[in-house]
Amino acid sequence: MSVTALPRVSPRRRRTDKVMRSLLLVATLIALVPLVFIIYYLLHKGLSAVTSSGFFSTDPNGNFFGNPGGIRSAILGTLEMIALATAISVPVGIAVALYLTEYGKESKFANVIRYFVDVMTGVPSIVFGLFIYIVLVISKIGGAFTGWKGAVAISLLMLPIVIRSSEVVLLLVPSSLREAALALGAPRWRVMLRVVLPTSLSGLVTGSLLAVARGMGETAPLLFTAAGAFALTGNLGAQMNALPIQIYNDIQSPRNAITARAWGAGLTLVALVLIINVIARIASRRSRMA
Amino acid sequence: MIPPETTSKETTTDMSTERRQSDRTEAAAEAKESSAQDAKGHGVNIEALNAYYGDQLAVKNFNIAFPANEVTALIGPSGSGKSTVVRCINRMHEEIPGARAEGSVALDGMNVYEDGVDVTSVRRLIGMVFQKPNPFPTMSVFDNVAAGLRLTGARGINLRERVHRALRAVGLWDEVKNRLDKPGTGLSGGQQQRLCIARTVAVEPEVILMDEPCSALDPVATLKIEELIDELKDRYTIVIVTHNMQQAGRVADSTAFMLEGELIEHGPTTKIFTNPNDERTERYVTGKFG
Repeated sequence: MSVTALPRVSPRRRRTDKVMRSLLLVATLIALVPLVFIIYYLLHKGLSAVTSSGFFSTDPNGNFFGNPGGIRSAILGTLEMIALATAISVPVGIAVALYLTEYGKESKFANVIRYFVDVMTGVPSIVFGLFIYIVLVISKIGGAFTGWKGAVAISLLMLPIVIRSSEVVLLLVPSSLREAALALGAPRWRVMLRVVLPTSLSGLVTGSLLAVARGMGETAPLLFTAAGAFALTGNLGAQMNALPIQIYNDIQSPRNAITARAWGAGLTLVALVLIINVIARIASRRSRMA
Repeated sequence: MIPPETTSKETTTDMSTERRQSDRTEAAAEAKESSAQDAKGHGVNIEALNAYYGDQLAVKNFNIAFPANEVTALIGPSGSGKSTVVRCINRMHEEIPGARAEGSVALDGMNVYEDGVDVTSVRRLIGMVFQKPNPFPTMSVFDNVAAGLRLTGARGINLRERVHRALRAVGLWDEVKNRLDKPGTGLSGGQQQRLCIARTVAVEPEVILMDEPCSALDPVATLKIEELIDELKDRYTIVIVTHNMQQAGRVADSTAFMLEGELIEHGPTTKIFTNPNDERTERYVTGKFG
């Protein structure tokens, strides 16, 4: 078969290409719309509240008239509870992921764990709150509503996220590195501690951050575990305020000054998640280069 | 190119003796140099070895002796079980899920498959170099070589001295002495493989297994590794798996030909390549199949 001229792209194919490309672009733009609006509204409605005097330095006072106060106790409460929840869920979650990748592998037991972790990921956050309410709050262990119970509820919510993301990252560590370490005569625990974990560190950090971001914004697990107080407290054994709770309460108010505080708290929450993300990213990059 | 401060190989595998030896200063080691001349490595005897992947028998009733201070090459077509045999020697075979081995692999008459034998100590005595260079990506050049000592929890040794000695032994010292704190993965492929050999040598094993150590390298880097193998055999017993028959011809004192999990023939390299007993060996080495 001899070719006299190389075939040209047909007009029909050219048209289809153009149509499909614009469709994809439109879909992308549509997906961006809510994101842009969220950021716009947060800034538009929240910025004035955030810049008002005493927003970060005073606590909400519960007064309907006059100055409603700032969100200091809510920020501190959120930070304290998320810190405790992270301290619980990240070590446990990474330990479970290590078990799954290094020991359990494809065994029946490991697959059962994977299945339950998946189920846990899909459990609505309010159910975790309810669970803690029934187990810890009603039984009045160490007081009724306390900050640490809220933290435990959040950690339950974070746990499956940490496990799943860590497992994926640990599986990405090339088995040739494990083999190299084992062939040197290293016991398995040292292989995990000095080769597997350092190699996957940045991924583990990213996965944990995802869980932290998720946990920070949750309202439902805190509603019947920790919520109730306005006052500033560093005591996880007492009732505690939190940013999502503050937003939840404030937005129901008929008074503009108080709904504005809800927007300000929302903006603060988003900013906090962003800041924590950036810090951890820098930290993990540092450690990788060392 | 073996450095003069090289200590002698102990003829005992007693760990405490080794440790005491490591404590000695370089001066003392040099004083022992004369006795190092007649120090002998340790041979490996395989008897009635059967290796399985699940139900599949990959190595069938395998018997061979790897003499001390000699290089033995294992050749044969892909899937003939060469790598499996080598991985059985330091018990890395069982790291693959579902894989198991039975029979006897004796280092100096001591069966590494005996009940209760500590696998990590077997792997410390029998080092391994893999097909693809696999330096630890999170570690510097120095840390990579030190990894074997640190991962095995070796105490009371002069780490710097051991690392420097290992780097000299593989002829990498001059190339990396100014970048010891740079990542090991920043080296070229050939340098990385020599780094991995240095990592193995630093643990001071008795036997070094090499599983196609040059198949990922260019001819120049390959030549360097081959020269290195020639030097290392003064102190170590070496078993090398290779697909490259010229390579077997260049480095090996004796050569074993494997086919479908069985040992067909084992003899002096020149005899295997020029005048083999078995017709299948002849057809393989002359390139008629495989």
